[in-house]
Amino acid sequence: MIVSSRPKRARTFQYTALLLYMLFLAFPLLWLLSVSFKGPRELVELHPHLIPREVTLSNYTDALHGDIGIGDVTLLHAAWNSTKVAILTSLLTTFVGLPAAYVLARTRGLLSRLGLGWILLSQMFPLILIIIPIFLLLRTLHLTDSHTGLIFVYVVWTLPFILWMLQSYVRGIPRDLEEAAMVDGASRITVLRTVIAPLLAPGIVVTALFAFITAWNEFFLALVLLQTPSLTTLPLLLARFVGVEGIVRLGPLAASALLATLPSLLLFTIIQRWLTRGLLSGAVKG
Amino acid sequence: MTTVPEPRRLLRLGRGGGRGRGRAGVELSGREAFALLIPAMLPIVVLSVAPLVRGIYLGFTDSRAGFGVKTSFIGVDNFQRLIHDNLFVNSFKIGLIWAGSVTFIQFCLALGLALLLSQPLRFRWLARSLALVPWAMPPVVVGIMWKLVFQPQAGVLNELLYRAHLPGSNIDWLGDFTWALPAVILVGVWAGMPQTTVALLAGVQSIQDELHEAAAVDGAGTLRRFWTITLPQLRPVIVAITTLDLIWNFNSFGLIYVLTLGGPGHSTELPMLFAYNEAFKYGEFGYAAALGDAMVVVIACILVFNLYGRLKETTR
Repeated sequence: MIVSSRPKRARTFQYTALLLYMLFLAFPLLWLLSVSFKGPRELVELHPHLIPREVTLSNYTDALHGDIGIGDVTLLHAAWNSTKVAILTSLLTTFVGLPAAYVLARTRGLLSRLGLGWILLSQMFPLILIIIPIFLLLRTLHLTDSHTGLIFVYVVWTLPFILWMLQSYVRGIPRDLEEAAMVDGASRITVLRTVIAPLLAPGIVVTALFAFITAWNEFFLALVLLQTPSLTTLPLLLARFVGVEGIVRLGPLAASALLATLPSLLLFTIIQRWLTRGLLSGAVKG
Repeated sequence: MTTVPEPRRLLRLGRGGGRGRGRAGVELSGREAFALLIPAMLPIVVLSVAPLVRGIYLGFTDSRAGFGVKTSFIGVDNFQRLIHDNLFVNSFKIGLIWAGSVTFIQFCLALGLALLLSQPLRFRWLARSLALVPWAMPPVVVGIMWKLVFQPQAGVLNELLYRAHLPGSNIDWLGDFTWALPAVILVGVWAGMPQTTVALLAGVQSIQDELHEAAAVDGAGTLRRFWTITLPQLRPVIVAITTLDLIWNFNSFGLIYVLTLGGPGHSTELPMLFAYNEAFKYGEFGYAAALGDAMVVVIACILVFNLYGRLKETTR
């Protein structure tokens, strides 16, 4: 859009700027990668190198073979906990959110306007205000220190964003299709099942994966709700590891941090094209 | 919360409203809509709306952790205590400095990147993917990663400063009273780049090319077109994303928890960390909730301020 009268100089400037941006964005990642492949002796050297002089996988084997655990909890154990919580959160949120998202997209009554308002509002208030009452409520139900309680909280916590995404995908489906089916005598449920659901499938997948990533990455709520070491999720384990001894054992710390990010990074790469499109349709007038 | 007004009234029937013949069945009836909303509404009301209301109320009580402790209404006592609590005042000051600087720096950087990404440059796919990476990373991992960067001896930052013969190569960035806050602000900027860049990029791409072409024909230079076309056209997106960024940053927790735990000496203690400690370390639920109430007031001010600016813009 910026067309300069002196195109060559402008291009040079643009490429320099782009390079600087890429350096800023990439260098902490490269450093993490580099530390994770360095041996213990190279890690304490006074003047470290970006490219390890001796590449070793020992940090990864340490991370995977339980050497970074807190108590009996290993990285794999925490990963299993995270997987369980994230999958259930993702399925439940999508399942619960789907019908509501349809209403939000297709009606403009008071309820759906309230719903959209709530979605916005929920992004804004500090979590501390709702986590204390939730903690009290879950304690009465004996669900505080449990995955069930955590999943309940995650479902509600991810719902606003999930609803927002899903409803924008529903809006993308032309109304005429539904109308045609209904004029032919199909019931609402049939229309939802045979017309809307298949067209919405990619959107549903993207949304469910996004819910998975959100739950996988979440830290604060898990920190408040989970006490028993064997229930620990990945972010919790990593944070404790930093607190306990991570700063002494940089290599295994870096390796486990990378391993913990891998699943969400992979899923994110798959969905990112649809994600940005879905989030912003309707948010920015085209 | 148990009395629900008659759904038909709440849902003003859509545009069809019994106009044409085939139309009436197509629109969702009030009852249908209500039934479809229930699965999502129930958990939201029980685990989100009700706790929020109760949380706001708790700020006016002496609620404490522990079973069977009696809670009683104590009016504004918590708030009087807050005002005289130096650590509280400090945490809000730090919260505002943090949120303001992160949002501002992030906005400038993201706008530049968005403008670049809208150009037909080679490698822009790489820059775009890199800009999205922080979005996918757990805040805890982002914190760990930057902790490694900031390591006093084995960190890459100090090594770079040393090799470039710049001062500061022996600073313990996260452990230093002066440098801890700027250091975590840098991390905050890095971590929040994706959302801001994506929003601004979408805004930039939605500006019609004709506007730029017309201005170029009229002899407007690059800089002039940026000020007279790009910025004004982006205004709604800018207001929306900076408002959200300000609020998100003011509420942030995980990054700082891992990086500094609020230290050294409370110099990076954001409001949420202070509230977390009060609630779950010392068991002062009422006091922490009062702090949450105070945060809501600040957030409401940010909102009103920004929306007011927006309103003035549209009525002009």
